[in-house]
Amino acid sequence: MKYESQKVAYYYILAALILFAAQVTFGLVAGYIYVDPNFLSETLPFNRVRMVHTSSLIVWLLLGFFGAAYYLIPDEAERDIHSPLLAYVQLAILLIGGAGAVIGYLFGIHEGREFLEQPLWVKIGIVVAALIFLFNVTMTFLKGRKTAISNVLLLGLWGVALFFLFALYNPHNLGLDKLYWWYVVHIWVEGVWELVMAAILAYLMLKLTGVDREVIEKWLYVIVATALFSGLLGTGHHYYWIGTPAYWQWVGSVFSVLEVVPFFLMVIFVFAMVWKGGRDHPNKAALLWALGCATLAFFGAGVWGFMHTLSVINYYTHGTQVTAAHGHLAFFGAYVSLNLAIFTYAMPYLLGREPYNQVLNMVSFWLMSGGMAFMTFTLTFAGVVQTHLQRVNGEYFMDVQEQLHLFYLMRLGSGVVVVLGALVFIYAVLVPRSRELIAAQQPAE
Amino acid sequence: MSEALTKSQARNIFYGGSLFFLAVFVALTVHSHHYIVNKSTDSAGLTEAVARGKGIWEKHSCINCHTILGEGAYFAPEVGNVWVRYGGRDDPEGAREALKVWMQSQPSGVEGRRQMPQFNLTDQELNDLIDFLEWTSRIDTQGWPPNEAG
Ligand code: HEM
Ligand SMILES: [Fe+2]
Repeated sequence: MKYESQKVAYYYILAALILFAAQVTFGLVAGYIYVDPNFLSETLPFNRVRMVHTSSLIVWLLLGFFGAAYYLIPDEAERDIHSPLLAYVQLAILLIGGAGAVIGYLFGIHEGREFLEQPLWVKIGIVVAALIFLFNVTMTFLKGRKTAISNVLLLGLWGVALFFLFALYNPHNLGLDKLYWWYVVHIWVEGVWELVMAAILAYLMLKLTGVDREVIEKWLYVIVATALFSGLLGTGHHYYWIGTPAYWQWVGSVFSVLEVVPFFLMVIFVFAMVWKGGRDHPNKAALLWALGCATLAFFGAGVWGFMHTLSVINYYTHGTQVTAAHGHLAFFGAYVSLNLAIFTYAMPYLLGREPYNQVLNMVSFWLMSGGMAFMTFTLTFAGVVQTHLQRVNGEYFMDVQEQLHLFYLMRLGSGVVVVLGALVFIYAVLVPRSRELIAAQQPAE
Repeated sequence: MSEALTKSQARNIFYGGSLFFLAVFVALTVHSHHYIVNKSTDSAGLTEAVARGKGIWEKHSCINCHTILGEGAYFAPEVGNVWVRYGGRDDPEGAREALKVWMQSQPSGVEGRRQMPQFNLTDQELNDLIDFLEWTSRIDTQGWPPNEAG
């Protein structure tokens, strides 16, 4: 840690990890209800459990992005954060809003659009927090050294705030509601968040591999160009069946297939940089997460996204467990792993020590990634069977679901492994121990 | 990456191209907005009751179990066409009654079956909600879902 004010990131990471634990715990409860549907059905119905699961995911990912920015922007700008005080005020607003939302959900206080259930006061809080953040980091950026990495990161975060404004618009016409709902949901994860992802991966590659900045930043611009060129019109893959014009079946299919390109480029990018780079950075766990992030994002978003994105296929799979399979691996691969990579990288610096608990951390990588991969397979099989029985044969939803029990049982098992991995990760990052589980090989004399 | 492309060229392509695609996307959105209002949905039939019904759908977070036009949670059946599934096209009164009775008799309490909560809706709320579902079933969705099962 070169600048005292980077310490702010530590508290963002802490807050993010608490919500991460809540997210996976409620995910496990939801997975259990699939297997034992009478569980909690009167006290805490499935819809509330799911709201906590998805909302805490989104809020902790955002906290992680903010934390990453507060760590990375000073380093890139070569100066302290404009106002650490404002950064703490922003965190307080987000924590009050986040905690208020989650507790409210448990008691049935919420708005009612998927992922945007936060009550209005929380939404406004999020906008205010975002404005404080943008002011703070933009000032830091403007007064310091301007690099492509911080430029792209900031553009991404400006986009996050700008497109979130559509969350405040909820027309009575369901078709219009859906048209603009995707402006938040799709343009976040397949647009501006990809800018954040590419920028953070570029920063990690710069630090971990030691490849020349010029090379890395050129890659960065090419990756984010392909992301927005494909991702904006790629929104069309959600405009097939919601009352929008038929031409979206062409536009959406063509451009969303191209959305695979940036994810493919990111895999090539990270592996090429490690191949090229000469640096032997001691933080192996951070490197594992960074490589894992690009790889799993390529499979979750790229391959599993491609699987159901052509309109002729989506006509049958739309809104089945195939969608659930994709949503899980895409979020985990791209944005959960990204955050865990930058946390793993930054924490030793924030605590002023050498990388620690690397073996445990890497164990948690394999537990979580293995668990998520297995979960994705079970949901994919469930979804394919569902698609056939329900969409092709016309059997009723509930009758079909009964036949999927075995898949949901296996999904629950994989969920247990993921929760275990998450707990191991949290322990590994928060509780430094003096010795590694397995000692590293000393370099030969 | 090859020497043919410099960093500042890559940056300019990124800025210019992104602005171009954003402009196309916004233009198509404007067109789609008009298409929804004038063609694919029944704007004239979007009564106060339908709007209130949408509010009830949201207030109880129905979407976190059900899907509507294929979007939502995948825990409970699709409701975009529930009106059609209940035979509302041929027998609107019967379908309305059946839907009300269904909602009022939840949770079923059947062991091993997914449960829907009891929301204690008033008769007016039930009617509004059903008006919203009926209105939704008439959106032109390009032929989706493939069959009545939803
Ligand atoms: C990291 C990036 C991505 C994330 C986090 C993500 C996440 C999601 C989620 C959560 C949904 C479900 C939304 C809902 O509730 O209705 C979804 C739907 C979808 N995604 Fe992605 N996605 C990503 C990238 C992609 C890519 C690159 C493609 C295409 C190549 C794609 C294709 C689709 C399609 C077609 C649907 C609609 C599924 C349906 O019709 O039910 N996604 N995505
Ligand atoms: Fe999408």
